[in-house]
Amino acid sequence: MSAFTAVKVLASGPFAGRSSSGDKAAASAWIGSSSCRILRPFHPHQPFSSVSSSSPSILRPIQAVSSSDVLSSKIEPNSPLSNLLITREEALDLYEDMVLGRSFEDMCAQMYYRGKMFGFVHLYNGQEAVSTGFIRLLKKEDSVVSTYRDHVHALSKGVPARAVMAELFGKATGCCRGQGGSMHMFSAEHNLLGGFAFIGEGIPVATGAAFTSRYRREVLKEANCDYVTLAFFGDGTCNNGQFFECLNMAALWKLPIIFVVENNLWAIGMSHLRATSDPEIWKKGPAFGMPGFHVDGMDVLKVREVAKEAIGRARRGEGPTLVECETYRFRGHSLADPDELRNPDEKARYAARDPIVALKKYVIEHNLATESDLKAIEKKIDEVIEEAVEFADASPPPPRSQLLENVFADPRGFGIGPDGKYRCEDPGFTQGTAEV
Amino acid sequence: MDRDPTVCVMGEDVGHYGGSYKVTKGLATKYGDLRVLDTPIAENSFTGMGIGAAMTGLRPIVEGMNMGFLLLAYNQISNNCGMLHYTSGGQFKIPIVIRGPGGVGRQLGAEHSQRLESYFQSIPGLQMVACSTPYNAKGLMKAAIRSDNPVVLFEHVLLYNLKERIPDEEYVLCLEEAEMVRPGEHVTILTYSRMRYHVMQAAKTLVNKGYDPEVIDIRSLKPFDLYTIGNSIKKTHRVLIVEECMRTGGIGASLRAAIIDNFWDYLDAPVMCLSSQDVPTPYAGTLEEWTVVQPAQIVTAVEQICK
Repeated sequence: MSAFTAVKVLASGPFAGRSSSGDKAAASAWIGSSSCRILRPFHPHQPFSSVSSSSPSILRPIQAVSSSDVLSSKIEPNSPLSNLLITREEALDLYEDMVLGRSFEDMCAQMYYRGKMFGFVHLYNGQEAVSTGFIRLLKKEDSVVSTYRDHVHALSKGVPARAVMAELFGKATGCCRGQGGSMHMFSAEHNLLGGFAFIGEGIPVATGAAFTSRYRREVLKEANCDYVTLAFFGDGTCNNGQFFECLNMAALWKLPIIFVVENNLWAIGMSHLRATSDPEIWKKGPAFGMPGFHVDGMDVLKVREVAKEAIGRARRGEGPTLVECETYRFRGHSLADPDELRNPDEKARYAARDPIVALKKYVIEHNLATESDLKAIEKKIDEVIEEAVEFADASPPPPRSQLLENVFADPRGFGIGPDGKYRCEDPGFTQGTAEV
Repeated sequence: MDRDPTVCVMGEDVGHYGGSYKVTKGLATKYGDLRVLDTPIAENSFTGMGIGAAMTGLRPIVEGMNMGFLLLAYNQISNNCGMLHYTSGGQFKIPIVIRGPGGVGRQLGAEHSQRLESYFQSIPGLQMVACSTPYNAKGLMKAAIRSDNPVVLFEHVLLYNLKERIPDEEYVLCLEEAEMVRPGEHVTILTYSRMRYHVMQAAKTLVNKGYDPEVIDIRSLKPFDLYTIGNSIKKTHRVLIVEECMRTGGIGASLRAAIIDNFWDYLDAPVMCLSSQDVPTPYAGTLEEWTVVQPAQIVTAVEQICK
């Protein structure tokens, strides 16, 4: 049990300096520390904070720093924190990705109320730091598995905005040919393995993708295969059996997977505290033999630092990690949610921690880019989104012939008809009119 | 597993134990613990894991230690196994085989005597086959592994001890075809899995009484081989379905509907269906015998149809 300790990470400077130097020994000693972190009891109206107790086995004490502290103090160019966490290119990439996510979701809301998309649409506003912080670190071959709140995960992974928008409009040019919809975004090209409507059911699929990665390395002898899988899910899912079953299997077989909990405190109208006996989800990692991290999910730089650590572990074959990101959704659970239960004070507090505003402030104060650079990005994204809507509008809906095509990978699965021919050979099949 | 290194096995006790009915005996020693994976007891999750592995390039065979346990995996089998190829717009295929022993055994109690074929048959995107002899077990297994579709292969707890001479050369059977067991003229008897043996036993009695039943093992529970079945009906004009699953919502119920839809004009008598009673399988031997169709009932049914 002492080999793995749950650690809460709020610091950016000291920790970042260590992990960005790539010091493996230091990192593992830090993770392997058996020191206890003293925590204030979790209070719904106070963000997490903690005080570290230093112990000989930690190389440097971890400071508890909140993002507002970092950003409010005047950072001198050669202060320790300006061993900056990111380069200009990385900063602009992060900014662009978060703005893309935000603008896309805002456009979804507009299009929904204009009757262009239907059903259940779950928007990601406010949580962009988690998606961007993690997914922008991945290679194309790494896999991402998400839930029904998957538009932004798809965008961060590289699925073009027009393909996602067309899918939402239910058009044949959508990434899933209009057959999946908002909750089922898939992309074989970008290794986005879904998009799942039932919470928790994507986690085993992610575990399977991680299993394949290990299998390819050890059985198929592909020495370079170090692909990792990220599984995103929410606080509500952490009370579900599949979560625990997969934590067990992933740790047991040291699978290259990172379990990313997007704890936005609410599962539709059920507060996390009312549903969970021990609300500190990060603690559940060590119970299964993997490190558990808690990170401020409204701060993309902090998320990114933890993500680097976790992804590095997985790539090196050291096994899975559980990362709990404290985040918040600015909108309701879905576009049909009146969102009456959440306290306006809570919403206001988190709105003040808007991840995009925070990054903008950081970038400008550290002279990584100018206002006009960022404005140019925003303008570019506006154009991308507009083009996506135009593309989706102009695209045709799926034709009837598409109805039966993708039920089976091998259409012989529809069987043999009374005339002795396979049903899929019936001309009615390709027209979508065959009775099967 | 020799031919294709992406073929792997996952399930409870499939590795070191060799499988609850020794189906995977010796494989772990030969292929290693990762290729023949002993899983913890978490059906929904390891079936989902198999699906994720199938989506990313492997060809897993997931074993339900008893098919009944796969009820716990229903979420994954229905939502992900069956539907994922469609909801992803055809981007991901799920070449998974889900197999295991099911059916009514010898006093195993209600929960170990379940027949899941009736529960799974509505799931779109899934193929289901039931093997009944060593010959078709091997052929269907190979076909299922090679198929790019998700296939559920139903084995029967009481049929593992059958012995049969099978060809040395490789052979692969067709997943969608039914098997002609005994050609005949008077009545078409459609059956599958263990009931095939009850039917053949009844057939001996029937032959002695002067009847000539045609026995077809439908093998493919979903989709039905309407060609073989149809040709038979066009010849005999009388159909009896003998199955082990429950009457309500069973395979027989669907088969009856398909026959009526497609071959109504060829029928000279109502389609009869003998199924297990809609009763949780009792433990007591006598009660258990009465829940399942017995050869004597089959004989009586044929006599009735042929009147």
